[in-house]
Amino acid sequence: MTSSAPAPLLRLSGITRSFPKGSGDDILVLDNVDLRIERGEIVGLLGRSGSGKSTLLRIIAGLITASHGTAQYRGQDINGPPDGVAMVFQSFALFPWLTVLENVELGLEALGIDETERRRRALAAIDLIGLDGFESAFPKELSGGMRQRVGFARALVVHPDLLLMDEPFSALDVLTAETLRTDLIDLWIEGRLPIASALMVTHNIEEAVLMCDRLLIFQSNPGRVAAEIKITLPHPRNRLDPIFRQLVDSIYARMTERREQRQPSHEGIPGSGVGMVLNMVSTNVLSGLIEAVAGAPYQGKADLPELAQALQMEADEMFHLAETLQLLRLGDVSEGDLRLSEAGKRFSGLDTDGRKRLFADHLVAYVPLIGLIKRVLDERPSHSAPAARFRNELEDYMSEDYAEETLSTVISWARYGEIFAYDEHLEQFSLENPH
Amino acid sequence: MAQERVQNLFGPRPLLPNRWDVVAFALVTGVFVLLAIGARDTTLPLAALPNPAVSLDPRHLPEYALRTVLRMLAAIVLATLFTFLYAPLAAKSRHARLILIPVLDVLQSVPILGFLTFTVLFFLGLFPGQVLGAELAAVFAIFTSQAWNMTFSMYQSLRTVPKDLEEAAASFKLSQWQRFWRLDVPFAMPGLVWNAMMSMSGGWFFVVASEAITVGDTSVALPGIGTYVARAIEARDLPAIGFAMLTMLIVILIYDQLLFRVLVAWADKFRFEQSVSSEPPSSWVYNLFRRTRLLRALVAPLARGLGTIAAWRFSLPLPAIPRTAGNGRQRLLDALFFVAIAALSGLALWRIISFLGATIGLSDVRHAVTLGFATLARVIVLMIAASLIWVPVGVWIGLRPRLAEIAQPLAQFLAAFPANIAFPVAVIAIVRFDLDANVWLSPLMILGTQWYILFNVIAGASAFPSDLGEAAASFHVRGWNWWRKVILPGILPYYVTGAVTACGGSWNAAIVAEIASWGDTRLVAFGLGSYIAEASAAGDIARVVLGVTVMALFVIACNRLVWHPLYAFCERRVRLA
Repeated sequence: MTSSAPAPLLRLSGITRSFPKGSGDDILVLDNVDLRIERGEIVGLLGRSGSGKSTLLRIIAGLITASHGTAQYRGQDINGPPDGVAMVFQSFALFPWLTVLENVELGLEALGIDETERRRRALAAIDLIGLDGFESAFPKELSGGMRQRVGFARALVVHPDLLLMDEPFSALDVLTAETLRTDLIDLWIEGRLPIASALMVTHNIEEAVLMCDRLLIFQSNPGRVAAEIKITLPHPRNRLDPIFRQLVDSIYARMTERREQRQPSHEGIPGSGVGMVLNMVSTNVLSGLIEAVAGAPYQGKADLPELAQALQMEADEMFHLAETLQLLRLGDVSEGDLRLSEAGKRFSGLDTDGRKRLFADHLVAYVPLIGLIKRVLDERPSHSAPAARFRNELEDYMSEDYAEETLSTVISWARYGEIFAYDEHLEQFSLENPH
Repeated sequence: MAQERVQNLFGPRPLLPNRWDVVAFALVTGVFVLLAIGARDTTLPLAALPNPAVSLDPRHLPEYALRTVLRMLAAIVLATLFTFLYAPLAAKSRHARLILIPVLDVLQSVPILGFLTFTVLFFLGLFPGQVLGAELAAVFAIFTSQAWNMTFSMYQSLRTVPKDLEEAAASFKLSQWQRFWRLDVPFAMPGLVWNAMMSMSGGWFFVVASEAITVGDTSVALPGIGTYVARAIEARDLPAIGFAMLTMLIVILIYDQLLFRVLVAWADKFRFEQSVSSEPPSSWVYNLFRRTRLLRALVAPLARGLGTIAAWRFSLPLPAIPRTAGNGRQRLLDALFFVAIAALSGLALWRIISFLGATIGLSDVRHAVTLGFATLARVIVLMIAASLIWVPVGVWIGLRPRLAEIAQPLAQFLAAFPANIAFPVAVIAIVRFDLDANVWLSPLMILGTQWYILFNVIAGASAFPSDLGEAAASFHVRGWNWWRKVILPGILPYYVTGAVTACGGSWNAAIVAEIASWGDTRLVAFGLGSYIAEASAAGDIARVVLGVTVMALFVIACNRLVWHPLYAFCERRVRLA
């Protein structure tokens, strides 16, 4: 595994990709992304959901095309799935009606390899990945970890030069994921994986630091490469190693800091004003987080990676929560730390009704869409308005899916704050009159 | 255990037959012999058929039953072929879809027995004076009762193939042919088998109705159970009717055990689910064949051959990556396509109107529509009556698991039983007690299809979550409140599924139920069904077309105005995730 080859394995330059938006215009998902992958490295694409990293992976896999820019694999333009690239899926994507052996043979069959050779290679891959004895089992008889091993065997059996992994461990429980990760890294450092390089998409910071030689950190809306980090720690890496912890902390800080620099007025939440994209965050979880941070041992200020680990949350989930607190002026995020504001501290000491009132005040003041809906309802004699009116307005700014999620987030928050009511059957907002 | 199975796969073993082989061999040979006997006379000229075509001696019944069964078998093979051509075309080509799906929707609503008039004439014309023409007409009638919903089922499956599997197939470079056999067909299989089974139930009804038929002065009587019953009616032979019913009962049981149990047990492995189902369907025949040694070894090369064919790397010149629509050339093509389609349908419409206009006036149309409303009134009353009876019964059974286990297959079996064999019994009663045919012929329309409501409600009540039932009990929810708030919303999706089938089936049955005879006693009820039946018997093609069209419109209106909204409501509000 030397990097002496003249052309890089993969070269992307100026990749841009947009998808049609609800209102007819396009929404930009990837903006001017460059990427080179040499032989002999594991590269990680680290970013939040919605940062376009899975889209980028699918462009490399030849499953979708880029709107602009060039994508070349071994010097050839990517035009449909290239030879020598295999993919491992987040959802495993195994064929439930094929046995483990048949699933693994699938890619070889498509290449037209004869039966004896097919069987020999499939059994070798099964042996390598630790699936011996499961050859005739059907996927539904296996546990999640075993299923993803089939996913790996199926990809490795075609001896790809580039192995693409789309969040391969995120559907597994913590222990299973860790076992599979270390097994893979062991095979990699022993040189037993029949691949030249690997590209992994993930939103798990520790996983990225544990496995990759190089990390590209993506920022969202639109997806861009915000930073590139080389990781030179030797394998096997130890999560408790101070240098490892430091690296994780600095990436956390970088992922929070970047967004502040870019859009200081919107707390890192994409879009502005009414067109702000809101992620569904449960008010129960928000209250729980405020209580946790307000109490011991944090006393109002917590280190995000530490907090995520203590509460068993993914970094991505933690970011959503922290940003929502920041949007509502209940907290503030900087340098990887979450600090409660005065209002946030007050919130933790209130009873249910008090919390609802405080939450409602902040919603109306700081979430422009909620303020707008409230104003419209106040002004109309009927004190009611169809949801379609606001959905259409949202779709001027974002895709239909995002508009739907933003709207249901607003509905759920407003219900908790008892600001206005929503009739799901009539799809209509109205002012509740609690007397 | 897995280890042992692997050895079975790879280790060479002596190919000695085991005891299961003996049983399986007997079964296989038996089926082949029966096929040969049943197909014997199909190529003869019509005149060579014995006259009368059937004898009422019950000893001949097994042979007649065999012939009827073979017609069913031929039809289901044809329907499967049709499905495998039509559904992929509609699913993969955007332009084809714009035409094929609405056409299918209409075809599904046209009363099948209405087709019979045209197809009998058509196929007899194709093979003048030969039995084959009449056979094909009968097979085609059954085909039309099966093909449409099998095709719809496969189309829907093809359109909902999970995205990650599509990506996996593309990423591992499966050709379109490979993808079709490795991904599309397996994914569609459970739905297809279930729909074929449901269609089969309907098929028995139509095979019985299509064997003995008179269109104008063309009379066809093919040897089979349907003709046997028709002759028994002419001869007023009640014991013969009894024998026919008994034979049918046995035939359906055998068919179910030898064909559909096997298919369902086999198709279970294609079910798209990530966990092992608690009680996978099983079939003794399927298990028997899996235990044979020699037979499996003999079949293995065949299976391997099919696997090789499925592995062919060939593709149609369709774009692998769906292009986003919207460029100028695409739009122009679309426009041209629509103009062509509009011109064609305009031409067809003009032809129909000019054909009908020659013999039919506006008053005929008005008459047919009035009759349509009469039949509609019957359908509504019958649906309400059947629901009032079978929903409570179904709930009562469904909430008792042991009872449901027995009753569920029984209800399914009753749905498969061709109710038209039992019609004479009802006619005798109407004549004997001098009842009004307009009222008392009506129940025959729903005689065969009411069971769909029953077994779907049983299935719904069995699937009702027990924690909801316990919650209702612990809060003392009882009486009408329990029905309204607890169980009715819980079973509604199942009820709607059953009611749609029952309702569609009733319209179809109207053509044979609104007109009935016993010897030379004829009972006719006022309705669209008897209108079509009489026009058909008189060979009045224009009126048959009119009647069938009006009935199809009524069925489409029913679906659009009642069942589609109800389905949507179920999806939105009462789905138990």
